[in-house]
Amino acid sequence: MSMTMDSFTASVRRFSPRLLLSELLLKQWFEPVIPFTVMIGLWLYFALTIPDYASTQNMLSLLRLFAEFGFVALAMSFCLITGGIDLSVGAIFALCNFAALFFLLVLEWPVGVVIVATLAVGAALGSINGFLVGHLKTRPFLTTLVTLIILRASVNLLNTSYAQVFATNSVDSDAWDFLGVGSVLGIPINAATLFVVLLVCHIFLSRSRYGWHLTAIGASRKAARHAGIRVRLMLFFTYVLSGTLCAASGIFYAARQSSTDSTTGVGWEFQALTAVVLGGVSLAGGKGTVWRAMIGAIIIFLLINGLVRMGIPGYVTSAVTGMILLAAVGIDVKWAKNRGKAIQKIYVNPAFVALAPAPSVQRGSGSPFAQNDRLIHAQAIGVDQVEGPEDVILDRHDRLYGSTRDGNIIRFSGENFTTREIFAHIGGRPLGMQFDRDENLIVAVAGMGVYGVAPDGRVFKVTDETNRTWYKLNDDSRLRMADDLDIAPDGKIYFSDCTTRYEMTTNTLDILEARPNGRLVCYDPATKTTRTVINHFYFPNGVCASHDGRSLLIASTSLCKVFRYWLEGPKKGRTEVLIDELPGNPDNINRASDGTYWLALVGIRTPTFDLASRKPGFRLRMVKQVPADEWLAPALNHGCVLKFNEAGEALESWWDPTGISHSTLTSMREHKGYLYLGGLENNRIGRIKLDGVDDTWTGYDAYWGAKSRVTR
Amino acid sequence: MAIESPVAATEAGHVRLNFAKPNQEQIVLLITIVLLVVFGATLNGFATVSNLLNLLRSISILGILGLGMGLIVISRGIDLSEVAIMAGSWAIGLIEVQQGMPPWAAVLLALAVALVIGAINGLMVAFVEAPALFVTLAAGFVIYGLAFWFAPAWVVYAPKDEPVLLFLGAGRILGIPVPILVFAVAAIAMQLFLSRTSIGRFIYSQGDNPEAARLTGIPLRPLIVLEYVLVALLAWLAGLVWIGTTGSIQMAITQGTMIFDVVLVVVIGGISLVGGRGSVYSVVVGCVLIGTLLNAFTIMDVNSEVQNIIKGVVLLAAIVLDNWLHPRDEETARQGD
Repeated sequence: MSMTMDSFTASVRRFSPRLLLSELLLKQWFEPVIPFTVMIGLWLYFALTIPDYASTQNMLSLLRLFAEFGFVALAMSFCLITGGIDLSVGAIFALCNFAALFFLLVLEWPVGVVIVATLAVGAALGSINGFLVGHLKTRPFLTTLVTLIILRASVNLLNTSYAQVFATNSVDSDAWDFLGVGSVLGIPINAATLFVVLLVCHIFLSRSRYGWHLTAIGASRKAARHAGIRVRLMLFFTYVLSGTLCAASGIFYAARQSSTDSTTGVGWEFQALTAVVLGGVSLAGGKGTVWRAMIGAIIIFLLINGLVRMGIPGYVTSAVTGMILLAAVGIDVKWAKNRGKAIQKIYVNPAFVALAPAPSVQRGSGSPFAQNDRLIHAQAIGVDQVEGPEDVILDRHDRLYGSTRDGNIIRFSGENFTTREIFAHIGGRPLGMQFDRDENLIVAVAGMGVYGVAPDGRVFKVTDETNRTWYKLNDDSRLRMADDLDIAPDGKIYFSDCTTRYEMTTNTLDILEARPNGRLVCYDPATKTTRTVINHFYFPNGVCASHDGRSLLIASTSLCKVFRYWLEGPKKGRTEVLIDELPGNPDNINRASDGTYWLALVGIRTPTFDLASRKPGFRLRMVKQVPADEWLAPALNHGCVLKFNEAGEALESWWDPTGISHSTLTSMREHKGYLYLGGLENNRIGRIKLDGVDDTWTGYDAYWGAKSRVTR
Repeated sequence: MAIESPVAATEAGHVRLNFAKPNQEQIVLLITIVLLVVFGATLNGFATVSNLLNLLRSISILGILGLGMGLIVISRGIDLSEVAIMAGSWAIGLIEVQQGMPPWAAVLLALAVALVIGAINGLMVAFVEAPALFVTLAAGFVIYGLAFWFAPAWVVYAPKDEPVLLFLGAGRILGIPVPILVFAVAAIAMQLFLSRTSIGRFIYSQGDNPEAARLTGIPLRPLIVLEYVLVALLAWLAGLVWIGTTGSIQMAITQGTMIFDVVLVVVIGGISLVGGRGSVYSVVVGCVLIGTLLNAFTIMDVNSEVQNIIKGVVLLAAIVLDNWLHPRDEETARQGD
């Protein structure tokens, strides 16, 4: 059985493209993968159509051509990330190209001074934009568009005056030539510089305080200001940085070309804008990395360069670039708006589950499941003093503990349990509990992991992560929803992590999805390691070590079955079905004094939901088209307590069919002749007297004391 | 009230000039009058009837384009592809005439091309929700590329003797050049449309506060498409006048700075980029000022690059002034606002 179930579930997981897609879309790295693939595809296309395209020679010369455009695209991406734009990048580049030549050829300054002076010119031009956009708060788009016109006109005027001088003068400087044609480690000097600058910019943007400030301003300027970020100053420096990067580009271009004309840098602002948006730097600001900008820049560069080589006229290139920008802007806007919705729509992926027939619960039918009224008059403890005690447990001193919704462990003590105190505050949603040998209360906490509470109330962490499944896209190393736990005689803590795709608040979705998203995890205190024991389990819930300590009983809430997992013996490591047919959704399992087990059914199966579980398409349409509160959900609103023996045969049941005092029954503990009842949504802990049982039996003794049935 | 106020305010400005608290149109008008007087006194041949008529004729194309740009800026949009639509649609129309298409059919063809482009712009802005600045900037390049593909020539000439094509640009009625009349009629029609029709008022309310306009039940998306189609219609009309004036259509204007002259005319006249403000009056006043400057530049033989620098600085000053007079909430503003 175990093998069939595992291979079946594995195949279900493997062949769900929707599941794969929904988890892919959540990945940070998924978005840049698309432009990256386009980039590789484009390169391959040109490599196949243009002779000698893929040669090292050609690659190096392409790199040299690309680097200058790369700087300009980087400048543009910084401005976009702050929520602005700099359309004057091409003009600043052209003007800096002119300035470098002017300083070198006309003023005849040394190369070092030329570089510094040109960078200063770029920074100064950028500071004009920065002043207007940052301090005068003008619109970046129109402002930089106008500075583009002014600077472009200035360059053209200057070019006409100095073209003659540039053409006749020349310098004999090795340093200058190195900037133009030199290489570092075989890589063109400008590309090598670009790479270093990219690294620095990446670290600045993603690892430094000011980089985070820039991103914050782009994401929400108002929030950034309220957080105390100096928005004006940061914006000012962004445009200065943009101008400086363009100046660096202009220096390399000047060194390489040693000339300037009216077409230098024309349209670069448009190409750079298209490039960075294509790479995935959002127009809305606050999103983007330098690498994504470079991917886009390489695509546009390869495209334009390739089209020129193939002899395609410039106007076609212009139209193509325009269309790419239109498409990229449209996709950017739509994607930013609908990403969350899209993921939400396809995240739930219901699967086919054939449930075993449901036994009758007909009153008076003589079946052990037959409904009765045995819980209606249960004694109530702490009415309205506990909020949803999912699990209850008693210690050696007859004190009663409940794990509640507010993250507390509540303790009742004294005569009739009238003294209430908060034993410990853990946080999260504490669920299953168990005492270890040293009387530490070990608690499974949804959203946090497994925690312990020492007898003095001190909270300590047991574990909050397990080994990651290497082939899963969703990182499942964190414990999402530790549900119930039990402790084997050797001290190992076995606990269920009922879902790796949902949370405490959305765990009904996991039942709707009916996929094996849960797992059984083991923490070994001897080595302090946590390992997943059974991966891919259908909503594992209650966990109970058998009386002999040789196996674990595990309840599957969505499959409505109880399994046995062998810890030792000939079947060690195997899982088998212990109870195949249950009338409801099982929750916690606990030991009974007579060597049998208690099982809580949190909900009773309905024929409609059983049918729906065979119809994944129906459930898919339901979660996509119907509002969440109209969904057909598992009927987790009334249930019963069952008793079953080691062979998995149900013996008898206790019901509260009114659902008034015990609507959701999730756990029960036997203690000194009484049965204590807990429930996920209940406002009390219940207690009934059991007849004909060992009224000295306690849970602690059954595990660690005289009542233990462990055979050694 | 939100719909009424901008229109009412500008109409009040028409009737009763409040010199104690001048608005932008009045300041611009004053500057224009001062410039006219100064140029008239200093420049030889400026203050002649023929030059002034020439001035008016030369600004009429800019003015017709400005009416479209004004409309779209009032609605808080912008259309940087307007000049490209004008040149592109007519380049295709004229090349077909050269291939033997009857002129009236070519006129309709150019109109259809322009309207389709306008509709695509509008759809991109309204339904894809892409920022108008980026859409129309990219559209300008696409139109240039595609038009050049259909009509591969920098200058496409119109036939010399086709009144259908040439009358609006070259004709005269009672000694007045027809372009001036075309501009006047278009301006009056636009003023009536914006101030006397409910759609016109919707456009103002959209520019004032698009979200509020949408919540009051204005079908914002169809309205946006209509606005971009109207801009394209005016671009087509301006193209028709252009052909009559110059006898050809020049693709080079799509690459030049003419579109910024159009934006300049609109912004300087007081149609704020925040939308919902200004009127046709602003376009006319802005147009006269820019026309006067351009005319004076021509007489003084100023280098076109220097002209660009001066126009750029003026536009920058206008944007800063506009931003100062009508501050927008730049904290919540997004790219392309």
